[in-house]
Amino acid sequence: MSTLTPTAVRARHTAIRISGSAIGDRLYDWAITFFALCVPLLLGLIAIEISVAGWPAFHRFGLSFLTSSAWDPVHGQFGAAPAIYGTLVSSAIALCIATPLAIGVALFLSEFAPPWLRQPVAFLVDLLAAIPSVVYGLWGICVLIPILRVVVMPFLRDTLHLGVTPFFSGPAYGTSMLAAGLILAVMVLPYISSVSREVLMAVPRSQREATLALGATKWESIWGAVLPFAKSGIIGGVILGLGRALGETMAVTMLIGNRPEISASLFAPGYTMASLIANEFSEASGDLHLSALMAVGFTLFVITLVVNAVARWLVMRVSRIGGQT
Amino acid sequence: MTAPPTVPMRPIPANAPRPIPAGRAEPLPETPGIAAPAALAADHFSFWYGSNKALTDITFDMPIRSITALIGPSGCGKSTFLRAINRMHDTLPGARHEGEIRLDGVNVYDPSIDPTALRRWVGMVFQRWNPFPKSIYDNVAYGPRINSSPPRHELDRIVETSLRRAALWDEVKDRLRESALGLSGGQQQRLCIARTLANEPEVLLLDEPASALDPISTQKIEELLYELKRELTIVIVTHNLHQAARASDYTAFFYLGRLVEVGPTDRMFTAPREERTNSYITGRFG
Amino acid sequence: MSTTAVPWSAVRGDARLRRRHIVNVTMVGLIALAAVVATLPLIFIFIHLVDRGGSAVRWHFFTHMPAPVGETGGGMANAIVGTLILMALASTFGLPIGIGAGLYLAERRGERFATLVRFLSDVLNGLPSIVMGIFAWQFLVRPVGHFSALAGGIALGAMMIPMVARTTEEIVRTVPVSLREAALALGYARWRTSLTIVLRTASAGIVTGALVAIARIAGETAPLLFTAFGNQFWSTSLAQPIAALPLQIFTYAVSPYDDWHAQAWAGSLVLIALVLVISLIARIAVRRRFSAAGD
Repeated sequence: MSTLTPTAVRARHTAIRISGSAIGDRLYDWAITFFALCVPLLLGLIAIEISVAGWPAFHRFGLSFLTSSAWDPVHGQFGAAPAIYGTLVSSAIALCIATPLAIGVALFLSEFAPPWLRQPVAFLVDLLAAIPSVVYGLWGICVLIPILRVVVMPFLRDTLHLGVTPFFSGPAYGTSMLAAGLILAVMVLPYISSVSREVLMAVPRSQREATLALGATKWESIWGAVLPFAKSGIIGGVILGLGRALGETMAVTMLIGNRPEISASLFAPGYTMASLIANEFSEASGDLHLSALMAVGFTLFVITLVVNAVARWLVMRVSRIGGQT
Repeated sequence: MTAPPTVPMRPIPANAPRPIPAGRAEPLPETPGIAAPAALAADHFSFWYGSNKALTDITFDMPIRSITALIGPSGCGKSTFLRAINRMHDTLPGARHEGEIRLDGVNVYDPSIDPTALRRWVGMVFQRWNPFPKSIYDNVAYGPRINSSPPRHELDRIVETSLRRAALWDEVKDRLRESALGLSGGQQQRLCIARTLANEPEVLLLDEPASALDPISTQKIEELLYELKRELTIVIVTHNLHQAARASDYTAFFYLGRLVEVGPTDRMFTAPREERTNSYITGRFG
Repeated sequence: MSTTAVPWSAVRGDARLRRRHIVNVTMVGLIALAAVVATLPLIFIFIHLVDRGGSAVRWHFFTHMPAPVGETGGGMANAIVGTLILMALASTFGLPIGIGAGLYLAERRGERFATLVRFLSDVLNGLPSIVMGIFAWQFLVRPVGHFSALAGGIALGAMMIPMVARTTEEIVRTVPVSLREAALALGYARWRTSLTIVLRTASAGIVTGALVAIARIAGETAPLLFTAFGNQFWSTSLAQPIAALPLQIFTYAVSPYDDWHAQAWAGSLVLIALVLVISLIARIAVRRRFSAAGD
């Protein structure tokens, strides 16, 4: 050792450190790769477990499982059409109501609100996005349903004479597709608005100034520069809201009335796929019933998967076009 | 500032007019031959952000068909003044002013003046180029579309003319439908100038338009401004004293929110009348 | 000074401009209206929560067990403890995997497998919670033959993974490359750079992301319906069904009894307060750590 020059010592230490760090690097790579692998593994496991469990029902009813509207556990008939219909309709109601309002809130916060108002309102919206589904359901049962039954539904049906259309006819129970759509709108609104707000805040001030300096009014500036710049992000937020609305379980289960029928009227009770599972799973009347519920779960899984994939593709495409034209 | 201007300092000539107090307009025309009517005139103009006074009693003329450079150290109020001309401060809460800025004799802060209309005639180009994430064509067409929505062939003509005036046409004529973001920084800044020119403004305000550009792009912008001043009144804020000396006809030196001195550029850089101007242009502070 | 007619100020009376201003005022008004309308239901919920929940929260709510049908009073002591246990289980399971996967996504940004994992983790994030519930039942409850706290905790933890992974990735991405390079240039190994420099720089953001995830799963009910199941009695065993606040709220909310509704409101208030307190504590902790690092 005593013959080693300082340079040699240093070289040797470097060599040791390199080999040590190489092992560390490899371990680190393995570890994070393993964790990353968990995601596809988990998703694959979910798909396999649920499809296997739902297979008997799919096998028994074939395609008519999705198209038949006969959901009759007593007679062993299972068609998921009412639940699929209810899922789509309640989500559509929710998005139609929530999207313009949410973008409005986001624009108000990002473009108009004075700083002293911006922070508290944004905090409130974020806070309310954290309210659990079951609390929305409780609020729906205790507050929303009575208001709908006593005030809103009679007003729409009789005072506005919308009862002549099939959409607002029939008895006003309160628990209904309309109630589910409304509570979903309230629930997804903070989601859409907080994503939109973040995106709008990220629009550079220079973009706004550019339009204003060219003689645009405030609204023209928003419409011409701010919204196009933020478009893909806002669409992302809306899709996020849609995904949440489609799979939302507890609040809907508590408000939709849970009746497996397809009715044009928004006043009529209905079912969504998620509420059907939540409501009947623990009291399933037999293996086929259980399998049918699993099959419904698998269908919901596939639908949300497609929605998410389409959304991502859309966002990617929109931002690509936004970058080009 | 790194180096003093290349022009050697000369003593003030004996026949020079008596020095005027800081913040007062130099009576123009001062020298026969460069006399021009004032397109823009600030008259005892003061400006506050909330309780913070950013500009104090600014009075001077910015003559038509010329380039006026606003110089001064950071925070001296030169950008604030520039943005006050086309009322970009209107959106800020707590912004307040006194006095007047007149465009062709009309106070731009007159209650009957709509800032939206004003900005169509007083174009502005910013320090950081800010094209919209749209096509080159749509960028240039934005102003005409909102202000007058001309028919298609007319719009095509405006876009081409504006790009030509901004010396960009030859570089982009084959790719008008491509994204503006694909252009180089210098091209994007000239596109922003073209976008402003498409409104056919009377006044062009530029807020350090070349400070983030390389020397060659900077030179192109300066040449462009030299061409444009035949038709426009140009006011440019610049950090770069060389640029002010090279490119402008008049120079106004701002310091701590006050106008210290204003005059023809060559005179300002050769025979400043104020000690502070002299210190600044020789690089002793700033 | 020119006194001739000036084109720019001649536009004052332009009809087109007036129309544009009318559109402007209308749209700005609609935006303000949207803001008011959108916040109304949210404010209503909050008022009800404080009003009805506040009047039902008593000290014994935290110390007593649920009262049998017909008896008034009672508390949710078991559900509160159950929820805490479930949150701890979920974090133990979900946080390491989520953070690890997030690191992978940030470090292997451009690679094909990373893109796939990112996509799948978004898919997983969009997975309805009820689907996670029936999966956990099928995978963890059915083979064992009975409901358990463990199954519920794992179901919740699985829901946390994609949320934590994505926020971790986003935060780690914001760590400047220069910082990473500085560490590497000083002779730090890549793994040490990642685990010390990068993670520490990103720690505040990761903690916030983890807390958002915990806050979200704390109120989840659907994944627990067929896993943790709920329990009217005191149980802290991981192998047994366990009570949870959201489940208890659900049971009481759909009941026809006014007294149970009051209990449900109280439970809701406690649940939301719990979530708030946790995120508040963490936010303070993060801030303190930040300021300490700043000194």
